[in-house]
Amino acid sequence: MEYGLDKRSNALKTFNTTFIIIWLLIACFPFIWTFWGSFKVRADFFSRADWWYAISAFNTLIETGGQFTSNAYSEAWTEGEFWKASRNTIIVTVFVVTISLFLGTLGAYALSRSTERYAFWILIAALIFRAMPHITLVSGYLFPFFELQIWGILPTTIVVLVAINQPFTLWLLYSFFKTVPKELDESALIDGCSYFQAFRYIIMPVMWPGVITAGLFSLMLAYNDFTVTALLLNQENHTMVPKIQSYLGTNQHEGNLMWAVSAVVSATAPLFMLVMFFQRQVISGLTTGAVKG
Amino acid sequence: MPNKTFFWFFLPTGLAMILFIGLPIISTGIQSFYAQHDQVVKEVKKCDPFGCTVSIVVDQEATSVLRDERPLGKFNGFGTYVDRNHLAIEQISEFWDETDTLGDFIDQVTNLPFYKALLFTLTYCLFVTPNVLLLGFIIALSLNAISRKIRGPLIFGTILPMIVTPLVGSLVLFWMIDAEGIIGANLQLMMEDPYLSLKSSRTLTWITIIIYGIWHHSPFAFVVFYAALQTVPQEPVEAAIIDGASRYQRIRHIVLPHIYPVVTFVALISLMDNFRVFEPIIGFSAEGSAQSLSWLIYDNLVNEEVILFGSAAATSMMTIIGIAILLAPVLIRTWKEFRTAR
Repeated sequence: MEYGLDKRSNALKTFNTTFIIIWLLIACFPFIWTFWGSFKVRADFFSRADWWYAISAFNTLIETGGQFTSNAYSEAWTEGEFWKASRNTIIVTVFVVTISLFLGTLGAYALSRSTERYAFWILIAALIFRAMPHITLVSGYLFPFFELQIWGILPTTIVVLVAINQPFTLWLLYSFFKTVPKELDESALIDGCSYFQAFRYIIMPVMWPGVITAGLFSLMLAYNDFTVTALLLNQENHTMVPKIQSYLGTNQHEGNLMWAVSAVVSATAPLFMLVMFFQRQVISGLTTGAVKG
Repeated sequence: MPNKTFFWFFLPTGLAMILFIGLPIISTGIQSFYAQHDQVVKEVKKCDPFGCTVSIVVDQEATSVLRDERPLGKFNGFGTYVDRNHLAIEQISEFWDETDTLGDFIDQVTNLPFYKALLFTLTYCLFVTPNVLLLGFIIALSLNAISRKIRGPLIFGTILPMIVTPLVGSLVLFWMIDAEGIIGANLQLMMEDPYLSLKSSRTLTWITIIIYGIWHHSPFAFVVFYAALQTVPQEPVEAAIIDGASRYQRIRHIVLPHIYPVVTFVALISLMDNFRVFEPIIGFSAEGSAQSLSWLIYDNLVNEEVILFGSAAATSMMTIIGIAILLAPVLIRTWKEFRTAR
């Protein structure tokens, strides 16, 4: 909306800039602050005496002899077994993304090319499934999983996350497939391709932007999930997010709080890098469903 | 596409959704009619030279046999739904008879666990959703007026609160707002109240969680509104400027009507997400003063002694009914549109 005729007054411009700066501070400062604090000792970052210690590093100097310390990181990654949690997260994320994309592209392609009425109802059902709070589904899983003795292991969690992720992936990929002209695969069919061949060799090569977007969202879901991973995995197999929660302890003052702080930074940094790289895809993914109505 | 081809293409994803979303809902429904077994007790007669005493002890063996035989528990019908921890029908009618004023009655009822959680969940939805729409829209308008060259990094900064998981987002805020954090400590100094802290009052906790909710969800509204703003046609806006419409009038009468469908979409998604509020309660360690429906289910499922499957399932079913009520208007509208389109 760049109005050619529109002349903004200086007051409005100043107001606008100030507002954006304040909002960005609110949005980003907590992360910057946590990053900064993760290199301090607990007595500084959670100071009972004076909050300024977090900046002047009063206790960090006394305890470690330097302004900054990476003790929290090294302890959390070794003693706190955060390496194991991050390994589990990588396994879960890689499998969830691959499987969801495989199932999602097949299903969404079929939905986008079907003119039958049931395709519409399937999409509505997917919308309803999308609205289900994950914890209600987990309360349905726990008992059968205990009985079948498949509780606590990574494969179960991967399959569950894939399924939970399907409704959103389907909707997203459906709207991407809709933008690919039908004539493209119809001409392939006339030339004697089967539907699967048309899908594999004609449609998929032009679908990469959509697939990347859908992949990013599956990745964020698998990476960020707390409800499913906390309740369906045993202690040994915990991924990063439930691990962070376990560092907190039941009481805030027990547990190793600085481990949690460094773990939060370690878990968030890769995600931020990824989004910085793929910002365009994330935004297009969030808006395809919405803007086209 | 022929039905047969459609079937094979859709089978994997359809199977995944039926097995892991459809069936669990049914499984939850079945579980909600069962309750965990009572412990089997037996009388033990103990005799010594001074006479015999009869004491009642828990028969561990028989209890575990019973649990193994029927792991689902005993059939309870709608018993779980109406007990004290859920709809609490009996308690409510008692309160109705006992209390004199309506205010008293409402106080008593909202102290029951289920209604307490429902009240918090609804309050959270009611305050977060409109504010998210408003703040998201203002940020979108505001960023849209900024030079294109620096917009990219600004958008990145704006969406940060949305891409972290709620648990991490709430922890990061909590560490600042808590009495030992930077904001909390400064508030204590400013208010000159050394005991001021998040946990000291219920209202403060609720306000904090609501502020967190707005912080976390606004970026989503922003992104969608921002994209929608790019599609607003220029001609009517220019015509309005020539006719002398003020900035407010242009937004009110041209921009808003154009992006109206998107507003309903964002409102719906944000309402659905807010209704399942759960992680921030753990992040803020606010279990004491704020409980949501999802948190109640979680609490039952992590119960130390016996997992309360029945109780969790009953709360889940009622949450699903809540979601259905929220979704109903949209579904009815879609159905009507679909029928007229045919």
